Amino acid sequence: MGGVSTGGRDPGLQPERTRLAWRRTTLSSTVAAVLAVKTALHAGTSAGFVVCALCCALWLGFLWVAHHRIRALTTSPRPAALAPRHATAAVLCAVAMAVCAAVLVV
Amino acid sequence: MIEFVRNLRLWFAPEQVRQEGSTPDYRFSLANERTFLAWLRTALALIGGGFAVDQFLPDLRWAWRVGLALALLGAGVLCSLRAVNHWVRCEQAMRRGEDLPASRFPAVLSLVVAVVAVAMVVVVLVGWAG
Repeated sequence: MGGVSTGGRDPGLQPERTRLAWRRTTLSSTVAAVLAVKTALHAGTSAGFVVCALCCALWLGFLWVAHHRIRALTTSPRPAALAPRHATAAVLCAVAMAVCAAVLVV
Repeated sequence: MIEFVRNLRLWFAPEQVRQEGSTPDYRFSLANERTFLAWLRTALALIGGGFAVDQFLPDLRWAWRVGLALALLGAGVLCSLRAVNHWVRCEQAMRRGEDLPASRFPAVLSLVVAVVAVAMVVVVLVGWAG
């Protein structure tokens, strides 16, 4: 492959860019989770605390997926494609957080 | 819609995606992954916006506040589901050597965001006046 240097490092830094994209996405999910926790604790009810715990768990779930992918991207110079299972898990965390938000708002 | 259901199975079954076609250059897969992540960030921002409307516009009337928040949350959910669906379709298209799928979704999302933004402006102006 012409684009890959002999050192095994991609001069286009594709794995690094993808790793940073995962970092940015983790940051976005952190912001969403912080807003969720603020809303849940603002409600002050016991249901609010349950939703707060749920949002924290979802955030940890997303962190776990991102951590796995980032590790895969850093260890191999030519990482395998993202597994659909992990993509779905990340998306389901976001969807579940939106459902929590809908429960809190209404 | 039927194609969406068929893709739904692929979300959970990586082996099925790998069965057909040939593995594309890993850089194309990584680019596809970054696009997916960018859409996921958009979805998370919309969901965060839903929370923010609920938290930081407390003076709004209940119906407006909940309506705007639910619109943003709904857009976030749609955006994230579409992100993974589009990612699977692109991955398949690259394996089969087909053209990447065209999509109306970016235009639809832009229109929804524009409508919500205009609604926010109207609500804030009316809120000040009244």
